[in-house]
This record gives sequence, C-alpha cells and structure tokens, in this order.
Amino acid sequence: MNIFDIVGPVMVGPSSSHTAGAVRIGFVSRKLLGEPVKSVRLLLYGSFLATGKGHGTDRALVAGLLGMQPDDERVPFAFEEAKKAGMEFEFGEANLKEAHPNSVVLLMTGESGKKLEVIGASLGGGRMKICQIDGMEANFCAEYPTLIVQNLDKPGCVATVTTMLSDRGINIATLQLYRGSRGGDAVMVVECDREVPYGAICWLRNQTGIKRVTYYSMEQEF
Amino acid sequence: MIYKSLKEICEMALEGQIPFWKVIQRDDCTERNVEESESFEQMRAMYRAMKHADEAYTGTRKSTSGMVGGDGKRLEQYVAEGKAMSGPFVGKVMERAVKMAESNACMRRIVAAPTAGSCGVLPAVLLTYADQIDADEDKIVEALYTAAGIGQIIAHRASISGASGGCQAEIGSASAMAAGALVHLQGGSNEEICSGVAISLKSLLGLTCDPIGGLVEVPCVKRNVIGAVNAVTAADMVMAGVVSVIPADEVIDVMGEIGNEMPKKYKETAEGGLATTPTAMEIAKKIPH
Repeated sequence: MNIFDIVGPVMVGPSSSHTAGAVRIGFVSRKLLGEPVKSVRLLLYGSFLATGKGHGTDRALVAGLLGMQPDDERVPFAFEEAKKAGMEFEFGEANLKEAHPNSVVLLMTGESGKKLEVIGASLGGGRMKICQIDGMEANFCAEYPTLIVQNLDKPGCVATVTTMLSDRGINIATLQLYRGSRGGDAVMVVECDREVPYGAICWLRNQTGIKRVTYYSMEQEF
Repeated sequence: MIYKSLKEICEMALEGQIPFWKVIQRDDCTERNVEESESFEQMRAMYRAMKHADEAYTGTRKSTSGMVGGDGKRLEQYVAEGKAMSGPFVGKVMERAVKMAESNACMRRIVAAPTAGSCGVLPAVLLTYADQIDADEDKIVEALYTAAGIGQIIAHRASISGASGGCQAEIGSASAMAAGALVHLQGGSNEEICSGVAISLKSLLGLTCDPIGGLVEVPCVKRNVIGAVNAVTAADMVMAGVVSVIPADEVIDVMGEIGNEMPKKYKETAEGGLATTPTAMEIAKKIPH
C-alpha cells in the first residue's frame, strides 16, 4: 500500500468500502456510459444490500452517477441533486452468484437513449473494480486508462490492438484475455500507462474481428 | 515498499544518516515516481484536510441511524469551561477525536487514517499538538510521514481492516501511528518511535469490531478517544524513558495473529459482542434497510 492509502483518501464518511468505493463505482460507470445518465436501476447485493442504507451507499452510488468524486460534500444530498439534474433512479435487489460481497448492478440509460449494464464491486479502502460491462468480463480498477475490447476469438485480434498501441508509443501496464468459447466471443482488457487518442479508438472499432470497444479515460469527462 | 519492518526503517535511517520520516518519503518518491517536494505537498494537503474537517464541525448533523451526532459540541463546551479532569491537552484531544469520528458517521468530509472508522485519532493528537505545543506545519507533516510508514508496516505484517483483524487493526493501528508521530514531534529517537508504537498497540490488542447494526457509529466514535488518548500516554511514557519490553515488530505480528484467530462474529459482521446486546438488537430493528 502506498502512504496515501494509509493517510488518505480524503472522503465523505462513514465507510471507505460502503461510501467512498460506492461513489467511485458510480463515477466510473457514468464515464463508461459516456454521457449523462437519464435513468438508472441500482440492484444491490450482499453487504451493500444489508447495511448499505445506514452507510449511505445508496446516496454514494447516485452521487457518483452524477459525476461526483468521493470527497464531494454534496454526496449526502445526492438524491436532491439527482432531482435537480433530472436523473431518475430506482433501487432493487440483485440476484448474483459468487459475486464480491459489496457488489452492485447498474442498469443505466443515457440522455441519448444509450443503455449500459455495469457490475461493480467495492474492494475496501475506497478502491473498487468494474467486474462486468453488458455481461462481458471486465475486471479493472479504473486506476489506468483502460480499453475493453470485445472481439471474435480468432488469430490476429490481440495483435491488432497491441500493434495499434505500440505504433502510438503507448505502454501496456496489464493485459487480460477472456473467452466464452473457442471461436466465439472474447474480451481483452488492456490497462495503459497513458491515454489512448480518440482517433485510435475509432480506428479500432472498424477493424475486422473487433465487435465493440469501450474506453475508460482518466482525463476528459466524456 | 522497500522496508518490511520498523526495524528495517530504523536501519535505513541510520545507514543513510537521515531521519525516520525521510526513509518513508523517499520510498514514496521511488514507488510513485514523484519529486520529494510533490510528495511533501501532497502530505501537507492531507494535514490541511484534517484541519479543515475539524474546523468545519458544527455538531448539528445526525447520522443516518440517529445514534450519533452532537457529542463533540458537549465536549467542546465542557473542555472550554476548564472542567476536564484530564486537563486542557487531553481534554482537547478527546473533543477532537469525537468531533472527527462524528463527522465521518454523519457523512462529512474526513481523511481516512488508516480507515474512515478510525479517522479521529491522528488529527486529534496532531491538531492539538499544533495548537498547544508547536505549530510548525512542516514538522507536523514530517510526523504524518512517520505515522504513514508505521501504518504501512502494520498493513503489511498484520492488517488495518476491522473485517480482517477486528478493531485492534483499526483503532489500534491508528493509535500506534499517532504515538509514533507524537514521539517524533517530541524529538524522540527512531528506537523511541518504535517503542511508542509497541506500547500503544499492546494496550489495544484483542479489541473487537462489533458495531451496532454494522454501522460505523457505536462504539466506533467513542473508541477514537481511547485510541488518541492512548497515543498521548504511550508517547509520554516513552519520552520519560520507559522502554517496551516486546519490540514493535513483534507486537504488530501478534496483533495480526490475534486478528486471524479472532472469531468472525467479532470482525465487523455485527453478529456478536456489543452488536448483539439486547439494547443493540432493539436499536438495529429500527435502522432503515
């Protein structure tokens, strides 16, 4: 752990896992949607469901979906802020198997009508990970610019992505590969040491075998 | 992290002819690839956030369950009237520890150190030290490095999470960090910093995490007081020349061992201890779900 995991983070209480981590899950999910959230269903699981209300987990998630960070003093008033912003939300219970005890399913609809389903888990100390995006394995902590690429399980797709990055001098921090079945759909999760330009992502979307590209940027709002 | 024990930090300090806190700062610079000045300013920001949180306390907000809020104001008045038997220094430490922990429970902004539940301990002693003994901000920031390094070692060898080690891992760790910081501020040697860690942590070994309704409220808020006051007395003992018989690293290992052996019902599950007393069960029924 680095010293600012020990002395820090600066956050709105009461719990780093149930409050700060929950804000982060909302914040990152909004960015993955790529536009302001119009409406959202939040399905809580495990300890989030059992003690979430007392820990302000519900308000924390909504705050993050509105674009707030864990140290934003408006977090406790997130429901009122959502009303002002015209964002509708509704809570329920999640039916998950073998999920992390602090998990939430977010079913988001953006202002353009775009839909995205994200499963996030709070890991403790304010850290979190995105476990799934629209049913695809994702498994990243949003501590680096991250590419989530859904592709056909066939030779060359990984090379397409890594060559694109290498051509632009972007170093890969971590690389994870998953596949559902041989020759079926596969997923690549690539954490990068610096931002991937927008143009490169558009180029990637048009390559053979690449079905879908989702990008988490550390910088721009959308 | 280049060091794995407090003993190693002491050895590196001796070898490099640098203070204890500097070993920790330099390691941070290596780990995160930042300049010393950037690291120092970031740590200063943590101290200022603590200060701001203390000053922003109003005593008007209640926690979600309604169990917590307003005690900091009661203590403020009592201490200001000069009634505290424990004197102005410890009185103020007590008051600040409650205020910060209440702020956390009431969804105000705090600095987790090492956790949100134990966020009152370090600021209570550091802000009071600055108020009443020496206000040199750079020195307080150095003390925060000392505290952070101690916390790193505890996290590495044992735990700083109530769910895995019980309250001894949260309030106990915060107390050990605060004791080390105070010994540093009082001009103690590196070995004395370690003694402060050992004495304070020994006194809180075995402390269970058994909060009512699983919320960071009761007994967490008031336990911040014992963590903070225990740090002051441990540091005073050390500065008087009292030495811990068991070295700090061994005490930390024992804390980890006790945490591992501790039944699950005493580790943040609300399935035992204070959380299952008849009164707590009654209160828990009324907490919104």
